[in-house]
Amino acid sequence: MNVLIDKFDVFAGGFWLTLQICFLAAIGALVLGAIVAVLRISPVPPLRAVGTGYVNVFRNMPLTVVMFFAAFGLPALGSNADFLRIPVVDSLFRRLGTDLPYFRFALIALVLYTAAFVCEALRSGVNAVPAGQAEAARSIGLTFGQNLRYVVLPQSWKASVVPLGSVIIAMIKNSALVGFFGVVGDLSQTADQLTSAEGYAFIPVAVGISIGYLIMTVPLGALLNRLEKRQAVAR
Amino acid sequence: MEKLNKAQKIKIGTKFDQPGFGQKGLSGKPEGFDVEVAKILVKELGIPEDKIEYVETPSKVREDAIVNGNVDLVAATYTINDKRKERIAFAGPYYEAGQNIMVKKDDTAITGPDSFKDGTKKVCSVTGSTPAENIKKYVKDVGTQLVLFDTYDKCRDALKGGQVDAVTTDNVILLGYIAKDEASYKLAGDNFTKEPYGIGVKKDDTAFRTFINDTLEKAIQDGRWKKAWDDTAGKFGAKLGDAPTINRY
Amino acid sequence: MSQQTSVLYDVPGPRQRRITLITSVITSVVLLVGAYFLIYRPLDDKGQFTMELWGPLVDPSNENFTQVWERIGLGFRHTLTAAALAIVASLAVGTLLAVLRIQLKSLTRRRFSGLATPLAYLLRGLSALLSVVTRVCVEVFRGLPVVLTIFFVARGFPEFGISFDSLWYLVIGLTIYNSVVIAEILRSGMEGLPGGQAEAAAAIGLAPMQTTRMILLPQAFRIMLPALISQLVVVLKDTSLGFIISYEETLNIGKQLIGVLNNPIQVYLVIAVLFIAVNYSLSKLAQYLQRRLSRGRKTAGIPAQNLPSAALTSQAEGAGGN
Repeated sequence: MNVLIDKFDVFAGGFWLTLQICFLAAIGALVLGAIVAVLRISPVPPLRAVGTGYVNVFRNMPLTVVMFFAAFGLPALGSNADFLRIPVVDSLFRRLGTDLPYFRFALIALVLYTAAFVCEALRSGVNAVPAGQAEAARSIGLTFGQNLRYVVLPQSWKASVVPLGSVIIAMIKNSALVGFFGVVGDLSQTADQLTSAEGYAFIPVAVGISIGYLIMTVPLGALLNRLEKRQAVAR
Repeated sequence: MEKLNKAQKIKIGTKFDQPGFGQKGLSGKPEGFDVEVAKILVKELGIPEDKIEYVETPSKVREDAIVNGNVDLVAATYTINDKRKERIAFAGPYYEAGQNIMVKKDDTAITGPDSFKDGTKKVCSVTGSTPAENIKKYVKDVGTQLVLFDTYDKCRDALKGGQVDAVTTDNVILLGYIAKDEASYKLAGDNFTKEPYGIGVKKDDTAFRTFINDTLEKAIQDGRWKKAWDDTAGKFGAKLGDAPTINRY
Repeated sequence: MSQQTSVLYDVPGPRQRRITLITSVITSVVLLVGAYFLIYRPLDDKGQFTMELWGPLVDPSNENFTQVWERIGLGFRHTLTAAALAIVASLAVGTLLAVLRIQLKSLTRRRFSGLATPLAYLLRGLSALLSVVTRVCVEVFRGLPVVLTIFFVARGFPEFGISFDSLWYLVIGLTIYNSVVIAEILRSGMEGLPGGQAEAAAAIGLAPMQTTRMILLPQAFRIMLPALISQLVVVLKDTSLGFIISYEETLNIGKQLIGVLNNPIQVYLVIAVLFIAVNYSLSKLAQYLQRRLSRGRKTAGIPAQNLPSAALTSQAEGAGGN
């Protein structure tokens, strides 16, 4: 069990990096997912088709394939995803003193993939708003935009929180994949590094890494459970 | 060994992604120098070639695969060293690779490991690998000059992107990269270490080890060894060099 | 979705229809132009449409075509094998786990009043302990990424002297995670049933185990069928994690092909299409079943809107990488 103490800074560093990736990816996925959701319920058929297509493609494709695309397909196109070099975010990419594009690739893959699920979570929220609400709004003459803004979205938001939370938990777990696609120093890559390359005993490392993920996922899950129960009562 | 003879089948650990040595491509069978050497051994054992089962053994699982009995032997660009001898035993060597340096095609400043002594050039290698340890003797400041990743692909990408000036590891691995993209990379100078590649077997299986050593010696003498090379890695322009002396420790 | 979202706007009149038509045409043009400049042009500039890269995948007269597709076929068979084994094992283990948890829960409520006091306390303590243990197992394995479960299984088992082919590591890793998820799906299905079901069963003299087996479980399966099928999609996607432990499934074989053919975009595109085709059909099947079930008898007291969220949650959780 010594490795847990000796290498505590490595574990902590891995946890911190995973947290950063998850935070950035969550923001990206929420924004993109909201856009896709709007496309999916918009009155213009081609936009709706784009939204639906997006969701069907990314929901039915393994994240692994998306990751491979990002990490090996983008370089083949000569792209280093430089458009993601936003000042604050960029400092995160410069780990180990060198700038490698893998962090950006991993982020792109996570965002693209998770956005499809975010869209579905938001849409399930919209669907949970009783039809009479929207009908009443229309009958007093609100337009599509007003209807969404003043009547539907404020209510659907409540119904979306729990599914959205589940999606984010799933995303945190999915982020474990980035360690296998070139990101150096996150929790999952730390596991591989410590056991395979540096020869530490396997079980303590596995325990340490597991705790790292459970710290993020279990409390969030419990919180969602409580929210869900409270909402069930309120209904 | 008798068990293998009786069972008439064998599991061989090799790499599936090392051009020229062990690469699995379209045919579904790995191809390369390691594989050819293994085939020579298998033939001598009296086992038909189609009874070979190939198991992918990336660098980090090679010892485990032998110790756990997942494979009967490993031929996977496997450098013989004392640390590994603690867990497994080596027959051979059947090839002597050497550490080298890969730079961009237009780079003339780096000519060998000594070029890192002035403390300006950055070099990349893989964490915990022998090449990383070796190059430390040449660099002036490890902290700023040595960049370590977990795979050589990342080193190559860093070289491509200009974050490092050179990548160092066994020449055969570098030659694989160069063969893929000759317009971009080249080797800087000659090998500066010796990396003997051996066949990994179980630590206590002395009979099998002696048999492999005998077979390798025979194959080197009667030209099967050279033919195996010419058919595979020789095509990438790597030099075979003199036949290594089998080391029966 | 259509009947739900269409309440957001009126049935369009002639003017509205005209506006919709015009915006449709404009957005289509914008989208096509955007696709041309942002997707087609960059790809074409990098020569990604040449037959050199596509030939082995789409041109039957190409020398490598047969071999390439034989390899992809083999990989896909491996993917399906792993997925089938994993889902069967997960269903079996998951059902057992769900039943166990339900039984333990009812046990902890019993007071064992017929027995001597110390024995009753012992039994109550024991069932409470077991219930906590199973609960912790569920939380831990549900909270861990599947990648790590698979990785841990493949690295951990040999430590105890147990070693298999990589297929079994993958199946075991997937089963550990998915059986827990399936157990939770079934449990919530059983707990969501109206209380009268269990009470009626008790009234006609069924033992708790019989109640679960004959009354609750069959109904839970029925209600949760769509969620279970979505879980199948998840398992299928997660088999692609086999590449981590050198299992030769579709994606791993694709990687090997790319090592020789040097055409990552093309190979990954083909593999993506394969996965999407299979998973899309499965999702459609789940949707169809769900519609049929909600049209059918209303014995199942689960509010209809809980279903999509349950399905969505489980699917997002198994989201390929987790």
